[in-house]
Amino acid sequence: MSPKTLYDKIWDAHVAHQAEDGTCLLYIDRHLVHEVTSPQAFEGLRMTSRTVRAPEKTIAVPDHNVPTTAGRDVHIDNEESRIQVDALDRNAKDFGIHYYPVSDVRQGIVHIVGPEQGWTLPGMTVVCGDSHTATHGAFGALAHGIGTSEVEHVLATQTLIQKKSKNMKVEITGHLRTGVTAKDITLSVIGRTGTAGGTGYVIEYCGTAIQELSMEGRMTVCNMAIEGGAKAGLIAPDEKTFDYVRGRPNAPKGAQWEAALAWWKTLSSDADAHWDKVVTIRGEDIAPVVTWGTSPEDVLPITGSVPAPESFHGGKVDAAKRSLDYMGLEPGMALKDIKIDAVFIGSCTNGRIEDLRAAAEVLKGKKMAPGVRGMVVPGSGLVRLQAEQEGIAQVFIDAGFEWRLAGCSMCLAMNPDQLAPGERCAATSNRNFEGRQGRGGRTHLMSPAMAAAAAVTGHLTDVREMM
Amino acid sequence: MDAFTTLSGIAAPMPLVNIDTDMIIPKQYLKTIKRTGLGVALFDEMRYNTDGSEKPEFVLNQPQYRKAQILVAGDNFGCGSSREHAPWALADFGIKAVISTSFADIFFNNCFKNGILPVVLPEPDRDACMQDAEKGANSRIEIDLGAQTITLSDGQVITFQIDQFRKHCLLNGLDDIGLTMEKAASIAAFEEKAAQTRPWV
Ligand code: SF4
Repeated sequence: MSPKTLYDKIWDAHVAHQAEDGTCLLYIDRHLVHEVTSPQAFEGLRMTSRTVRAPEKTIAVPDHNVPTTAGRDVHIDNEESRIQVDALDRNAKDFGIHYYPVSDVRQGIVHIVGPEQGWTLPGMTVVCGDSHTATHGAFGALAHGIGTSEVEHVLATQTLIQKKSKNMKVEITGHLRTGVTAKDITLSVIGRTGTAGGTGYVIEYCGTAIQELSMEGRMTVCNMAIEGGAKAGLIAPDEKTFDYVRGRPNAPKGAQWEAALAWWKTLSSDADAHWDKVVTIRGEDIAPVVTWGTSPEDVLPITGSVPAPESFHGGKVDAAKRSLDYMGLEPGMALKDIKIDAVFIGSCTNGRIEDLRAAAEVLKGKKMAPGVRGMVVPGSGLVRLQAEQEGIAQVFIDAGFEWRLAGCSMCLAMNPDQLAPGERCAATSNRNFEGRQGRGGRTHLMSPAMAAAAAVTGHLTDVREMM
Repeated sequence: MDAFTTLSGIAAPMPLVNIDTDMIIPKQYLKTIKRTGLGVALFDEMRYNTDGSEKPEFVLNQPQYRKAQILVAGDNFGCGSSREHAPWALADFGIKAVISTSFADIFFNNCFKNGILPVVLPEPDRDACMQDAEKGANSRIEIDLGAQTITLSDGQVITFQIDQFRKHCLLNGLDDIGLTMEKAASIAAFEEKAAQTRPWV
């Protein structure tokens, strides 16, 4: 048998039909659904009198536009948001799919709930009408975002029409230095390859620095594969993966667990597998980074300074000018001199317990700088509960942060959590696009520890100086 | 879905690279539970001031481009979120084709589901389209999907590549779900086999 990559192996195990031109029907093991990209899909089913083919493989949770303040289970003020959440409630009930309503402590961001509840397992195909579905690749699951028409397609047929992507290996060798995290890895990779560098590829992240990451860290890395343009990000499952999955509510048990484990252990790329593209970065060369512009590829070490647009090539020159204008920055300015107004800790990139611990570690016994407002939004109700039990919530509250209920919140600002025009935010989310966190809002992406450091000093800060 | 065969229309130039889905349609418009009516919100933040008035400098607000049916765009168009609201808004505005050197994967897929043709060209060919588009309303670009050609206003013909299955679906306005349902037996057979080999799923 010819050598295969991890992607090849998962792909091959899910082809339900292959046409002569290579177009495949890929079988989908898990379909995650949220309130924003699904109403039109369910409506489509109703209009054509179709049903959900495999409701037991479909999981829904509202997250994108739910408020993160108390009382939301009783009433949501914004009428359009309320209609979307009500529609999801109804659709979940009508079509008989698993559902975590806002009143359920397990509710949270769909990409945090899936792994937490054991819906995401190694070797699966996982899709969701959301680009950050890539997150689930941390388990060695082939996971990617789809549009609403495809949501309807998966609901109706449990398959997707797909052509295979190319294989790309991103290897992070060696070890990370102190103060450097999974977020710095994933941002640094995008800084190197650009936002279109992964287009047409499925990335497998490997190397010692990746192996040494916790499951939370691996999810952070895979989460942003999409920001690098890739179809999906993957990490081969290992003992850490199995330990994370074992005992989760929907993970296999007993003999099924043993059978699953036996297969999962075969899920790694063969040594002589073919790669269409390889990127190698030394773990030791990665520094804590921040973004300065309005594209996730605008990444620099915190020790750097704002670049001059002329230092780029082609269309990027104008894009960089536009970015700097939008961000209100001057070339040559030290990144550490950039003052911030707000801090957002949360999102499917960095809203897990380990992220909150890392931020709290920096904040412990300290206060937020005067004039800065901060918001912590746990990725799920269970993360929130755990953080409260560990005393982390109190650290945030004592530092002056707002301690919120779970949801996407200010990652995309569809709910009331938004930046004001011109407001500048240190954010642990994944997109710094114009207007992403509120019209005119300015976003600098970074790790939770870096965001906490910025909260304390009031400007972008090298967290290593506070350790 | 509407079929796409040939198109002769005004092309609007948008040379900016990395035009993301948040620029194409910002999140406040994602709260709809319908697919229609999003054209007015297309490129909202580039197109309108905060008071709702138009920004005259934005390309689609200029008289010669108000009826544009084709966009010629900078690299990596449609990067970002999976929101199908982006092609819905383009389609509702009247855009039927987008020409660029590269597209983000999910956006690219979403276009085909909505009768929009995304054309990938090498940089020099895209730049030729861009120059033509910059001439304004007098320059109409012709796209022939069957022949896989783009004809510029000066008669220059550019050929493009496209996946044959997608071409077939677009030319005939075929509904993917219907096509897949015809393969229900294959899906059922797969499920039966998977129940044996991976019963824990
Ligand atoms: S947290 Fe942000 S990126 Fe993640 S699913 Fe929600 S909106 Fe999308």
